[in-house]
Amino acid sequence: MALVDDRRHDMTFFQKVANTNWFLVILIGLTAGFGIAMLYSVAGGDMSPWAGRQAIRLAVGVSLMLFVAFIDIRIWMRLAYPLYAVGLVLLLIVEIMGEVGMGAQRWLDLGFFNLQPSEIMKIAIVLALARYFHGLTAEDVQRFRWLIIPLFMALVPAGLVLIEPDLGTAILLLMLATAILFAAGVLWWKFALVFIAAVAAIPFAWDRLHEYQRERVLTLFNPERDPLGAGYQIMQSKIALGSGGVWGKGFLLGTQSHLNFLPEKHSDFIFTTLGEEFGLVGGLILLGLYTAILLYGFAAAFRARSQFGRLLAVGITTTFFLYVFINVAMVMGLIPVVGVPLPLISWGGSAMLSILIGFGLLLSVYIHRDIPIPRRPGLDPT
Amino acid sequence: MKRDANTQRTFTRRALLLGGAQGALMVGLAARMYYLQVVESEQYKLLADENRINLRLLPPPRGRILDRRGTELASNQQNYRVVLVAEQARDVSQTLDSLSRLIPLEPRDRAKVMREVKRRRSFVPVTVAENLSWEEFARVNVNAPDLPGIQPDIGESRAYPHGQTMAHVIGYVGAVSESDLTGDPLLELPGFRVGKSGIERTREDTLRGSAGVSRVEVNAYGRVIRELNRREGQPGGDVRLSIDAELQSFAMERLADESASAVVLDIHSGHILTLASTPGFDPQAFNIGLTQQAWSDLTSDPRNPLLNKAIAGQYPPGSTFKMIVAIAALEAGVVAPDQKVFCSGHVELGNQRFHCWKRTGHGNMNLVQAIEQSCDVYFYDIAKRVGIDRIAETARLFGLGDTTGIEIPAERKGLVPTRAWKQARIGEAWQQGETLVAGIGQGFVLTTPLQLAVMAARIANGGIPVKPRLIVDGEAAQTPAAESERLPVSRTSLELMAEGMRRVSNVPTGTAFGSRIREKGMEIAGKTGTSQVRRITRIERETRVLRNEELPWEERDHALFVAFAPVEAPRFAASVVVEHGGSGSRAAAPIAGDLLRRTQEIDKAIRGRVASGAPGPEERG
Repeated sequence: MALVDDRRHDMTFFQKVANTNWFLVILIGLTAGFGIAMLYSVAGGDMSPWAGRQAIRLAVGVSLMLFVAFIDIRIWMRLAYPLYAVGLVLLLIVEIMGEVGMGAQRWLDLGFFNLQPSEIMKIAIVLALARYFHGLTAEDVQRFRWLIIPLFMALVPAGLVLIEPDLGTAILLLMLATAILFAAGVLWWKFALVFIAAVAAIPFAWDRLHEYQRERVLTLFNPERDPLGAGYQIMQSKIALGSGGVWGKGFLLGTQSHLNFLPEKHSDFIFTTLGEEFGLVGGLILLGLYTAILLYGFAAAFRARSQFGRLLAVGITTTFFLYVFINVAMVMGLIPVVGVPLPLISWGGSAMLSILIGFGLLLSVYIHRDIPIPRRPGLDPT
Repeated sequence: MKRDANTQRTFTRRALLLGGAQGALMVGLAARMYYLQVVESEQYKLLADENRINLRLLPPPRGRILDRRGTELASNQQNYRVVLVAEQARDVSQTLDSLSRLIPLEPRDRAKVMREVKRRRSFVPVTVAENLSWEEFARVNVNAPDLPGIQPDIGESRAYPHGQTMAHVIGYVGAVSESDLTGDPLLELPGFRVGKSGIERTREDTLRGSAGVSRVEVNAYGRVIRELNRREGQPGGDVRLSIDAELQSFAMERLADESASAVVLDIHSGHILTLASTPGFDPQAFNIGLTQQAWSDLTSDPRNPLLNKAIAGQYPPGSTFKMIVAIAALEAGVVAPDQKVFCSGHVELGNQRFHCWKRTGHGNMNLVQAIEQSCDVYFYDIAKRVGIDRIAETARLFGLGDTTGIEIPAERKGLVPTRAWKQARIGEAWQQGETLVAGIGQGFVLTTPLQLAVMAARIANGGIPVKPRLIVDGEAAQTPAAESERLPVSRTSLELMAEGMRRVSNVPTGTAFGSRIREKGMEIAGKTGTSQVRRITRIERETRVLRNEELPWEERDHALFVAFAPVEAPRFAASVVVEHGGSGSRAAAPIAGDLLRRTQEIDKAIRGRVASGAPGPEERG
């Protein structure tokens, strides 16, 4: 079976290259370069163990991103449900393996690579929901019965991730789904209803939380209450950031991160090193880079002719935004400590790969922005 | 198509809202960043510095102790040691196994290391072995690659190059005890040593110096990353002693097998050239830490190695006290120098009989003869005439009965009895017989060897109340006492004593003629003393007095000798006390003779070198 039925809109390779938003690619490269510099710094001015390998991963990731970008958007639409199904199955496998006796586990050991199914799901859920809403008319979206399927599409993987247990990713998946539903035009009052239901569920959910998760929430509200225990990370993180001041202590001159007062300085808490060494100015520059990337993401969404492309672009961009916001708010003590990396900066192969594949899809939307995709009953979900 | 347009419109509106919300949240992040990094920045900078900066004390090198020629008596030596850093060792126990094949490692020390390793953080070095020989240290170094976690290390520790020879003077250092704590933070450093006895203790303030401070950056685990700055401390100051290391060594060797002491001092300055006490002990043992066994060996030894007998041994002076009695009698005018006293071998007082050491008697004796031959009957007689209180007064003038103020601790006073003393202390009236006994330096009278040497010095220097001292201050070193400070004793009396003492060592009838120095200009003058330790019963007296050789060691007489030299223009005074040595003329006088001979030889050598302009040992120091 051919993946693309309508050959009239096929683009040549050169058309695709010309259509690519190279400025976005450069922005991504710049941000990741910033990250490699920070990894070089937290290793005490050394390419090993992090910066060098991160650079190689970046090169591999960017190649993969461009490969994804050049694949026709219609092929991605066809692959949306299968990919979602694969993601779901992998989540189940992780779950079953965890049950079988290895305790909490979030990844599958593929020998050469630890695959985190939740990373796949972050992209697959965007694809699947975009694919679903592409098939609905504006009127359908208003009707409750059309919303039952997407609700389950979001809740099932979120639930599986939650019992891994990975509260951060579960919340991220739900927020992501909410954003797509919102962009697709689901009525306001329905969100209000869900919101009220969620608030009502908090006491129930609190009982179900693991002890360490409750600790994290409690220390958020008062990090000083246990400066050597659970509050240590947040306290040290704030000290490192705050002592950076406006201009920072200078590249490679951060004291707190280099002296190991900061845990996770190379992964989830890398933003503190940046804030310590480059100060407010450095932090704002990074936020500026992120904001520019977000703007390009939304621009791609507005320019896409298909609802699938639009929702996909908004979904990917929002995923990216959620990463940035959760991580930065966390290290600045605004929200509880949840294991979310700083995209393009933090050390970690899985996250880097999934983010760059996401950007590949975003670029694909942009490159193939003028290809109209008809809503055809045969593929419509009913 | 209209439906699509509718969808797109809804999307555009919603996406704008979504994007706007995201933008607003990004601004929120920026605002939070501003709050932390600008508004509250100062507070966090403070916290950051508290996090990372530690103060470390730098112990100053301890000052040296030098002899009069600049020879090191106490110094700091490199202490070859081996430390273990647990985090670098794969298996601590296995590493120790390998190490024990290279250097001796007691199971007890091993257990201590294992305990320390568990107690401390894994990057803190734990001392495994100290004071290794160079060979052992080299062996560890060569094999270091096979000993993960083992680090050869060179520290500083106190060294006493002369070992036992100087132990009583120099003292030793030891670990800080609770009572040593004065608030000086140095004292709280692990492994810090303070003076525990001798000069090490009394000159602790000079020797210790003051601590330097190093500000270091530490990481979250307390590991030092780098030094930010340091303020060097004040190294401890050197202390220079008047002791002559060569003479002291000679004295210690000469006294080696005895429980004895010897003092040599300069009669003009009071500088002590030798202050020897045997048996000695190893001061280094106290620095390292004594084992229970070694400590009980030291304390149970009847020869009492830890006691500095020269300043803390108290002995009846015996006949060496006779000069004091004679001066007291002459000054009181109760005897004239050439007035004779007949010695029949004993004298009666009431129903008591007092014997002369010479049972057959000396016949007619004048003062100088009585000193020369140490006639006891003569001194019974003049003591009875002058009375105990006048004798006591004179004894105090010559430095007996009180501490001399020497600069090391634990000096004893001795005892010069008076009527008032006996009444107060024992609650009985003074008996005249006790005056007779005191007249020959027995009974209640107790002196230290140092006091006896000071007494000899004050006789020889013409009555200048010289005080003994060990430390060379520089300025006060050679200022002789002023004429006005001279003791209220006539020159003639002192000259008579000197003449008597000269005859002791230089005429055939003198009690120490056998130990004389023949070299012209080096002749000595002295006085023997033999002090009784036991009471000789009347029955024994009537049959036969047992000779010293027949008695157990601890019941034999103490042998004493005080002396000065050279006879013409005296410069040095000496005293020798051999505990239970038998007679003063046989056991103590030869030692004193050898000591004063060596003193003068060394003195001549030094003077010769200074005169010829050759570099003296001072410059070497």
